[in-house]
Amino acid sequence: MNYTKEQIWKFLAEIPDPEIPVITIEELGVLRDVEIQPEKVIVTITPTYTGCPAMKLFEDEIILALKNKGIENVELKMVYSPAWTTDWMTEKAREKLTQYGIAPPVKGTQDKGVLFSSGSKVVKCPRCNSENTTLKSQFGSTACKALYRCNDCLEPFDYFKCI
Amino acid sequence: MTTKEALINYCLRIGDTSLILGQRMSEWCSNGPVLEEDIAMTNIALDHIGQARTMLTYAGVLEGKGRTEDDFAYKRNEREFYNSLLSERPNGHFGDTVVRNFLQSAYFYHLYTALSSSKDELIAAHAAKSLKEVTYHLRHSAEWIVRLGDGTDESKNKVQTSINEIWEYTGNLFEMNDVDTLLIKEGIAINQTEIKSKWDKTVDEVLERAKLIRPTDAYMQTGSLKGMHSEYLGHLIAEMQFLPRAYPDAKW
Ligand SMILES: [Zn+2]
Repeated sequence: MNYTKEQIWKFLAEIPDPEIPVITIEELGVLRDVEIQPEKVIVTITPTYTGCPAMKLFEDEIILALKNKGIENVELKMVYSPAWTTDWMTEKAREKLTQYGIAPPVKGTQDKGVLFSSGSKVVKCPRCNSENTTLKSQFGSTACKALYRCNDCLEPFDYFKCI
Repeated sequence: MTTKEALINYCLRIGDTSLILGQRMSEWCSNGPVLEEDIAMTNIALDHIGQARTMLTYAGVLEGKGRTEDDFAYKRNEREFYNSLLSERPNGHFGDTVVRNFLQSAYFYHLYTALSSSKDELIAAHAAKSLKEVTYHLRHSAEWIVRLGDGTDESKNKVQTSINEIWEYTGNLFEMNDVDTLLIKEGIAINQTEIKSKWDKTVDEVLERAKLIRPTDAYMQTGSLKGMHSEYLGHLIAEMQFLPRAYPDAKW
C-alpha cells in the first residue's frame, strides 16, 4: 500500500453528501474507520437512517474515490452500533447547513416526549434567524429532515432533525 | 430446532413485519390527504423498508446458503412470510392507517427498547438504531389519533370504528411459540408478555387522551407464526414481487 491510513481518510473525508452537498461524509459522521490490510482497504461506515437511499451512493463514491487513487481492493463494512446520532455532526457542518438554508439539529438528540412532542425546542430560522418558528411536519424532503415555517419571514425551511 | 434456526425465524418475523408495513405505507405515495402527510407516510415507508433490509440480510447470513435480502423479499410465497397480521391490514381511509400504524409502532417501540440489550450483537444494534426511527413513527400516529379522536363527531366516529374493527388483529402481536422459548432462554429474545403490559399502557394513555374507547378483548385472529395470513397478504405480495418475478435478475 502506497498510502497511509491518514491519507486515505483524507481522500474519503472530502466526499460530499449527495443530497446536501455542502457537508461531507466525514462531517456528517457516516465515515467511521479506515483500516489498511496487506491485500485490501476496509472502510467502515454507518447509515444515518436504515432506509436512507443515499447510502448506496456513499458506497459507490467511496469505491470510486479510492479507485481514482489506484486503490482497487476495497471492502465496505456497514456497522449499526453505536447508532448514528446528529450529535456527531461537527460545529463546522452545522454552520454550513445554516448557510445552505437548513436549520442544524438542536443539540441534545431526540425530543424526550415519546408519545407527544414536548414542543420546548427552539429551532431558529436559517434565513432571518428568528426564533418564532412552527413545526409543520416531523417528516420532510428526506428521512433526516423535518419541515418548519418561519412566522416572521414566512418562509418554509428544512430542519435537520435530531436522532 | 437449533438456536440458529430459531434466530432466523425471529429475524424473519421482525423483518417481514417491517417489510409488509413499509410496502403498505408506500401505497400512500401520491395519495396522501395533504402534501405533508404524503411525505410523512412515504418517509415512514422508507424507514420500515430500511429496517427490513437489515433483518432479512441477517437472516441470509445466519442461514449461510447465499440468500440475500432480495431473495427473501421477492422469492418467497405467502405461507413463508411471518409478518404480523396487523401489518398486512389494508390502508383503508387515513384514520384506518393511523390506527394500524399506532398499534404496530407502539409494539415496535417497546420491542426495540427491550431488544437493545439482546445478547445477539446484531439484534441489539438493529434495535437501538430502529428505536430512534420508530419513536418518530409512534409520535406521528399518536398525535393523529388524538387529533382525530378529540376532533369532530365525524372524525371521532370514524377513528373509533377503525379501532374496533382492527382490534382482533392485535392479539397476534404477542403470540409466542418454541422459537421464543429457546431464544428467551439464550437472552436473545424478549418475553412477549412483558411487551404486552407496556404496550397496554401506551395504548391506554393515547386512547384516553383522544377520548376514545378501548375495545374489550374478544376473539383474536391468529396464524402468522405458522405462516398463515389473511387474504390481503397474497395481493400485497403479488404487487410487491411482480417485477422481480416477471423479469428475474433485472438490474437497474
Ligand atoms: Zn425567517
